[in-house]
Amino acid sequence: MEQKTPSKNNWLMTIWRTIRVPLLAILSALLVGAVILLVSGADPLKAYAALFKGAFGNANYLKRTLEKTTPLIFAGLSVTFAFKAGLFNIGAQGQLLMGAITAGFLGFAIKGLPPVLHIVLALLGGCAAGAFYGLIPGLLRSYSGAHEVITTIMLNYIAINLTDYLADGPWKDRSGTNVIARLPLIEDSARIPFFGPVPVGFIIAILIAFIIWYMLERTNFGFEINSVGLNSHASRYAGMKTKLLMTSALVVAGLLAGFGGSVETLGVVGRFQPGFNAGLGFDGITVALLGRSNPFGVILSSLLLGAMKGGANVMQFDAKVPHEIIDVIQSMMLFFVTADLVIRKLFRIIKDTGGEVTLTAGWGQK
Amino acid sequence: MKTTTDTPVLETKDITKTFPGTLANSKVSIRLEQGEVLALLGENGAGKTTLMNIIYGLYDQDSGEIFLNGEPYNIRNPHDAIAAGIGMVHQHFMLVPVFTVLENIMLGAEVMKGPFLNKTQARQEILELSNRYGLEVDPDAVVEDLPVGIQQRVEILKALFRDVKILILDEPTAVLTPQEIQELFQIMRHLTESGVSIVFITHKLKEVLEIADRIVIMRRGEVVGEANPRQVSEHDLANLMVGREVSLVVDKSEAAPKGVQFEVKDLVVKDPMKGLAVNHVSFAVRAGEVLGIAGVQGNGQTELAEAMTGLRKHEGGTVWISGMETPQANPRALVEHGMAHIPEDRHKHGLILQYPLTDNFVLCTYYKEPYSKHGVRNKKAILTTAEELIKRFDVRTPSAFISAGDLSGGNQQKVIVARELSRDVSVVIANQPTRGLDVGSIEYIHKTLIRLRDEGAAVLVISSELDEIMSLSDRIAVMYRGEIVDVVDAKQTTREELGLLMAGSKS
Repeated sequence: MEQKTPSKNNWLMTIWRTIRVPLLAILSALLVGAVILLVSGADPLKAYAALFKGAFGNANYLKRTLEKTTPLIFAGLSVTFAFKAGLFNIGAQGQLLMGAITAGFLGFAIKGLPPVLHIVLALLGGCAAGAFYGLIPGLLRSYSGAHEVITTIMLNYIAINLTDYLADGPWKDRSGTNVIARLPLIEDSARIPFFGPVPVGFIIAILIAFIIWYMLERTNFGFEINSVGLNSHASRYAGMKTKLLMTSALVVAGLLAGFGGSVETLGVVGRFQPGFNAGLGFDGITVALLGRSNPFGVILSSLLLGAMKGGANVMQFDAKVPHEIIDVIQSMMLFFVTADLVIRKLFRIIKDTGGEVTLTAGWGQK
Repeated sequence: MKTTTDTPVLETKDITKTFPGTLANSKVSIRLEQGEVLALLGENGAGKTTLMNIIYGLYDQDSGEIFLNGEPYNIRNPHDAIAAGIGMVHQHFMLVPVFTVLENIMLGAEVMKGPFLNKTQARQEILELSNRYGLEVDPDAVVEDLPVGIQQRVEILKALFRDVKILILDEPTAVLTPQEIQELFQIMRHLTESGVSIVFITHKLKEVLEIADRIVIMRRGEVVGEANPRQVSEHDLANLMVGREVSLVVDKSEAAPKGVQFEVKDLVVKDPMKGLAVNHVSFAVRAGEVLGIAGVQGNGQTELAEAMTGLRKHEGGTVWISGMETPQANPRALVEHGMAHIPEDRHKHGLILQYPLTDNFVLCTYYKEPYSKHGVRNKKAILTTAEELIKRFDVRTPSAFISAGDLSGGNQQKVIVARELSRDVSVVIANQPTRGLDVGSIEYIHKTLIRLRDEGAAVLVISSELDEIMSLSDRIAVMYRGEIVDVVDAKQTTREELGLLMAGSKS
């Protein structure tokens, strides 16, 4: 007990211990993908090379990869933040849609504002809509005990149908010959610009990830959120307002997802169109789990998924591989990282005591 | 009692085991003779449980050998151990709560009839076993409905059902009432008479002297001595165990109580199952005195403590602390008014096990300066405080960054005590402050509580250990079925009087 443990290498070891399972999960998923490619008669090396080229090969490709990455970072942060409070936010998708459509509406409905102001206003609107959409399950969980997994899934359906209705009804693009359900294009003043090949939205996402990290690691609020997530009884004992904290965790989670939806509308799509954001919120869960619920991990895993999405087209064209293989690989990653026991068995990693994030703590907890 | 043959039934030779940063066992050699109770005595973290886990196949030793009846035996997992006739009852029971006793005992050793469980035969075998050893238990009772003492019998039966000849009991008395302990000892005697050999792990001196045939004392991973219970005193054992002179009686002067500093008035806590858990309880604690609340566990002490400290809603009554009345106490407000609370359940309320010690030391004051400023945490200030408290309260840890969950129980409790009692406090509520702790830690915590009393704090101690209540308190309130039956003067009362009150009879 009295012996000093060397603490110099400890943080390096901690990092390694944190990332090895996700890394091995990614590797395993790529291997399984390669086998599937082989079986279907394609050359896996060629396919992966094409995927890489499609993701980073030139400025245009890189630009697309970063565009795909941006909303994933936001959605991943959203899931991560709720997760820290011990909550499983399946509702990032719904919150993202609410943010996207609100930003889209503010983007076209308000005219004549100076660019920066218009962008900020539309972003704020999108964030508020997302936050509101996180507030509902937060209140339900804290004050009635309704489990957030159930309520956010149901709220996702409501958000999908509500946005479909708005896009085909009151807010529909009535211009010219348009017949599809979508909102009008946003004003140019609401468009989030590029910085070289780098979308400004991506830079904002990195910034937000840093802020979230800082919040969780360095502020009292973050300490309280972590405490509630790890032990709500002890948090109550420590005088924290656990119900309020759980609610605010989902509000922040909703805000982040809404932020992501707004950036997608204002920076990539240019309008709200149903279906364009499909699945981003759910990818957020994959990203958060791969990123080990760490904001910087979320950036890395978002880049990975973003690159796969960005490079898929080139891979399909160059290597004649259907881009659906990307979905297979992505699903395998999620599978391996959640079934981390499989990875530990495969690679003979002993379960460490403590320090590990229990990935499924949100289910059936308390 | 002893039918000693020359070769011991179990022997370890020079067992060494290290964990990162800790030498848990260093060249440990022990012998267990046929039909004896060998007590393995030592403080928390002395390496008793590690040694037994090695024998039971849960850990591999780094070096050293194990002999069974003189033959070297390689035990790689609990299956090997059970096959070799070694059974272990852990401190925390390993039972399926929703299964019946019968199902729990059969689990893993099913008696089959074709593809089906043969419960009839198993039931018969179990009844036979319980008759033979005096282990009364209803095979068809559901485990979660049973009191802890009976659950422990189920664990012992589980081992016997697997035809165990060597039984390891890890701190078996920690969870039992005095009567249950006597019953357990009865059972242990039955077992040894029929040839079972028992290793009894404990840190309780009285029990060791009462039941053991031989005592091996461990300290910091090493065997430091062997003793014959008929030739040593509690005091000798305590000194050997701790490695220095310890006092078993709490050294305290006459209390000099002043005005009332903490008062509970007509407190009512409802219990969905039992009606009123706390039934119109009122009492006052004066500055400079210790009020002990005695009572058999489960008579409303937990509910009372939780209601007083704001962890549980109460249905009526008020709590007064240093002049502030709180109809519905809230933990933060109580802390602000000078309350320190050592909670009953250190894992549930007292600590966040995943957090390092640093964060646990400021769990109740993290929002104050210097630990945070404008909502931003000051990790340097937190570390400074943590290191100071580790030193001052003698917390045994390699560093302040170790997770609280990695410390031994005694050291975890010291962290809580350090956190709560290092603040400027006027009221201390200590609920089972020394449960499961070793002599050294108990001595330390008792001293600290008395010191605070002498500095003018109102101290409330809730404990189901009568010795603790009697040695700490100036006045003793006895709780029975949610009510305070009587409040007596600690100097004038007797163990017998308190025992009667605890059983509900008013003197």
